[in-house]
Amino acid sequence: MPDFLPENIAAILPELWVSFGQTALMLAIGLSAAIIFGGPLGVLLFLLSPGQSLDRPAAYRVLNWLVNTVRSFPFIILLVALVPFTRVIAGTSIGPLAAAVPLSFAAIPYFARLVEQCMREVPRGVIEAAHAMGASELQIVWRVLVREARAGLVGALTVLAISFLSYSAVAGVVGGGGIGDLAIRYGYYRFQTDVMLLTVAVLIALVQLIQFIGHTAARRLDKR
Amino acid sequence: MSHHHNIQHLPLIRLDALSKSFTLPNGRRFDALREVSLQVREGDIFGLIGKSGAGKSTLLRLINLLERPDAGRVFVAGRELTALSKRELRAARQQIGMIFQQFNLLQNATVAENVAFPLRLHGGRTSAEIAARVAECLALVGLSDKAQSYPAQLSGGQKQRVAIARALAPKPAVLLCDEPTSALDAETTRELLATLADINARLGVTIVIVTHELPVVQQLCRQVAVIEDGRIAEQFAVAEAATKGRTALARELAALQRLALLQAEQAHDKEALHA
Repeated sequence: MPDFLPENIAAILPELWVSFGQTALMLAIGLSAAIIFGGPLGVLLFLLSPGQSLDRPAAYRVLNWLVNTVRSFPFIILLVALVPFTRVIAGTSIGPLAAAVPLSFAAIPYFARLVEQCMREVPRGVIEAAHAMGASELQIVWRVLVREARAGLVGALTVLAISFLSYSAVAGVVGGGGIGDLAIRYGYYRFQTDVMLLTVAVLIALVQLIQFIGHTAARRLDKR
Repeated sequence: MSHHHNIQHLPLIRLDALSKSFTLPNGRRFDALREVSLQVREGDIFGLIGKSGAGKSTLLRLINLLERPDAGRVFVAGRELTALSKRELRAARQQIGMIFQQFNLLQNATVAENVAFPLRLHGGRTSAEIAARVAECLALVGLSDKAQSYPAQLSGGQKQRVAIARALAPKPAVLLCDEPTSALDAETTRELLATLADINARLGVTIVIVTHELPVVQQLCRQVAVIEDGRIAEQFAVAEAATKGRTALARELAALQRLALLQAEQAHDKEALHA
């Protein structure tokens, strides 16, 4: 151990790296689930909504209600309530993999709503022009909606990543680990202020980095 | 080609007793069109004029079934569009290009990608064929040098030219124009109308244009229908506006023609004086 570091910091340094990996793992799984399941759900919400090409008011109301309901749960309640489900999916109810299950569960409707909002920014006329040229619904989704909303979608993903960095701290409740959990266990429970400051500094740096990457990518993608 | 000559005596577009109503936000029913029938000959430039809310845009959008009629039938190039399945209709729409007041280009796609868009939808074309057709269409509207630009870098007139190139890419028989000059200034409007007239003359594409601007009709159209209150009030050849027209709009059109004639004579006299 380098001895110029305060004792507490030196002691948790190896664990900080592990925590960093755990946070990255939880975020990667949560965001992937958001994109794979939340993305199509968001597109569906948009297409089913009144005045859009599929326009199914009943189906829209059901999906809308579901998304709102899952989003109403405080994350910590969702985490505990989903324990039986988590056991089935992850095979265990503790650890970062287990924590990734409720994290994904919360991320899917969150991202779906953000995607729906992004799609609403695409001018109606552009969708109509594609219909007039004989595009199918699927072609409109990929070649019009995703393309025209891509900067907004990257922005939405950035917002999601940053929210879930902070959600992942709660994952400590099920032994999920991660940087936020480290801050709670050492900094808060053991009154090690220096550890607390270090973890918060790491989180600040991470948030700045994610925002910077997201912002730069969105700007590059936006030709409007 | 011979096939086209054979059907020349038949209308390219036939609208048969079309009705369309909408439910307004206040719950009341609004009859946008009441049993409208209309025929457009192949190769014609046909204007639909009327006040806003008269139903002219709805009528245009019924031709490619962007709006579904409540009753009536739509025929384009010998096929009944109202009888087609969704899939067949998508294929048939390659026959019908459309341009809009707000251009409706993809902002995150280059000019070339925009023009290629309809060609990539239906398959059966190699990328070399698509690239060649895109170059051809951009040359047609005089925008070959803008192929790699994004729409945001273009002027309004240039955007509408890209939209025309995109509409023409699948070699349609019909070009539907929904207020295509309303977002453009007078000079750009004149240029755009010249482009449309040129396309009609060179490619024989039948043009149906909705506008509330009478000068557009006067400069471009050969036939015109006046839409009032969801019905066709009258229909006549633009050249016969003064003798055949009965509605207020027709009389305005005739006055516009007299003015244009007067101006042309004056310009001619001036030239003679200088000579």
